[in-house]
Amino acid sequence: MASPVVDVQDLRTHIVTRWGTIKAVDGVSFSVAAGETLGLVGESGSGKSMTCLSLVRLVPRPAARIVGGRVLLDGEDLLAKSEEEMQQIRGRKVGMILQDPMSSLNPVFSVGMQLREPVAMYHHLRGRALTVRAAELLAAVRIPSPAARLRAFPHQLSGGMRQRVVGAMAIAAPPRLLIADEPTTSLDLTIQAQYLGLLKELQERHRLAMIFVTHDLGIVARICDRVAVMYGGRIVEIGPVRAIFKSPAHPYTRALLEAIPRLGARRERLTTIEGQPPDLAKLPAGCAFAPRCAHAVDRCRVEAPGDTMLGPGHATRCWLHVPA
Amino acid sequence: MSPPDPLLEVENLTKHFPVRRGLLGWTPQLVRAVDAISFTLEAGSTLGVVGESGCGKTTTSRMILGLERPTSGAIRFEGRDVLTLDREGMRYYRRSVQAVFQDPYASLDPRMRVSTIVAEPLVINTALDAAARSRRVAELLDLVGLPERAATLFPHEFSGGQRQRIAIARALALEPKLVVLDEPVSALDVSIRAQILNLLADLQKRLGVSYLFIAHDLAAVAHMSRAIAVMYLGQIVEWGDADAVALEPRHPYTKALFTAALPVDVDAPRPEVAVSGEVPSPLAPPSGCRFHTRCPFVMPHCATQEPALRMAGDRLVACHLY
Repeated sequence: MASPVVDVQDLRTHIVTRWGTIKAVDGVSFSVAAGETLGLVGESGSGKSMTCLSLVRLVPRPAARIVGGRVLLDGEDLLAKSEEEMQQIRGRKVGMILQDPMSSLNPVFSVGMQLREPVAMYHHLRGRALTVRAAELLAAVRIPSPAARLRAFPHQLSGGMRQRVVGAMAIAAPPRLLIADEPTTSLDLTIQAQYLGLLKELQERHRLAMIFVTHDLGIVARICDRVAVMYGGRIVEIGPVRAIFKSPAHPYTRALLEAIPRLGARRERLTTIEGQPPDLAKLPAGCAFAPRCAHAVDRCRVEAPGDTMLGPGHATRCWLHVPA
Repeated sequence: MSPPDPLLEVENLTKHFPVRRGLLGWTPQLVRAVDAISFTLEAGSTLGVVGESGCGKTTTSRMILGLERPTSGAIRFEGRDVLTLDREGMRYYRRSVQAVFQDPYASLDPRMRVSTIVAEPLVINTALDAAARSRRVAELLDLVGLPERAATLFPHEFSGGQRQRIAIARALALEPKLVVLDEPVSALDVSIRAQILNLLADLQKRLGVSYLFIAHDLAAVAHMSRAIAVMYLGQIVEWGDADAVALEPRHPYTKALFTAALPVDVDAPRPEVAVSGEVPSPLAPPSGCRFHTRCPFVMPHCATQEPALRMAGDRLVACHLY
């Protein structure tokens, strides 16, 4: 495989609170190649959003701190960069699309003003050429009559249109890596389908490496190449989408897949995962899933398992899969 | 023997909201939120209602709950017209129809103990004394799988899934015949959703309660419901057996909706039906078939003739293709 665009090694982000240190990201490693989409799935509090914020060093300081690991973007460690260098990298090399488009857009500036700013910075354009390029970007995200829309304010656009504008800003450079954190969660179903199609199209055109955060496994099955399942701040299983869906190895992945109602497989009861998601301030000593795991043995409760390779690119962290 | 009366029968139910637009609010216009929909719900069964925001599913549920007065049409409960009920009849209806809403953080009063929250409907609607009420509260908490000591705690001491259990206990306090579930699991994490869906299914089996299940998670709706009604811009476009609608959708809009749901087999993805554009404004719904502006199978007469909701094989579909 060609060298990856982004290579994350043993990333650790801790949040210091009154109630103790929360290990929000606890030794996360993965890589994404150009043109590839990695899905990051997990429940709330599993650390998927904090992983994304750590990649661009936007964790909420001072409470949260990246305490270890490396984030290699085209071979350069982002965690070793100065804040000035990071400002050059955000947007230019790494684009981001977040869940709520209204919080990414400034309500008092027109779409055109907000879109011209990054375009002027990245492409050193001014005047007429700048406006033309901004309108081209809106056209690229399939916004009808783009030239007129430049004068619109965010509140005049629908949710889907706003998210397209955010998408246009994210690909203005275009970047090497696109991080999409639940970009379609606030959108209606048919609009969601349109947006996913658009993201795929943009990715192919610019050969973007994409990290797609979601809790919707239906979306993962449709647009991701590989998927990483997070639980308690760690990746418990990572592998090609097909392998994860066809032969999930980690008990949490298996339980998650069985807990979801699926079309065409009518069952009397859904399989449930007993208990609650873990309290990250009081993670157990061993595997974070052990208290809810039906297969847990004594060892699971005292010692955290390492990665076990199961197939090409398919790894899990579970004692069940460690050869004795 | 004739078949028993359905528990709930909705006929040509319509709700138009007047809105004032323009300077000084001169030109009144109508939002056709719900436009002449009809459906029935059998006792002890579940009807799933799906559709995107603005399709009228919440307005429909609010009319059934008596929170909104229909512009026209009829709602019949156990054969009696709800809109013409006398005081006593209305009391009975309100006791018999309860609701569980999406956000258990908003639907429970943070300053009330769980025992007070769950007992509130009993205080208002029954003559039970304090001891009998607290016995009933304990019973209800047990029914939804909460420990007895939960009664003395406040809502903030519970997780989202547990809060939804409290909301369900409150809804069941008066032994209702119909519970309107408006997105009951959307705010919950995946592993907790299954617990609540199982609980709702168990309660239906034990108590024989009917559900009107409103959600946008199509696989969950298909899992829970016996029948599914698909709404678009205030109208029902497809209505039939849940498995039939979910697995072989007929209306192009239903097809597009169910494309997004997780298939059983990742190697056999469902055929993708993409629709263009956005939902038109309900202030000025398109002529003819309301979906024709976005439909991939649009024909010339779709723009002029409104399709009726007709029997097509095993279900009702409003589309000129059938």
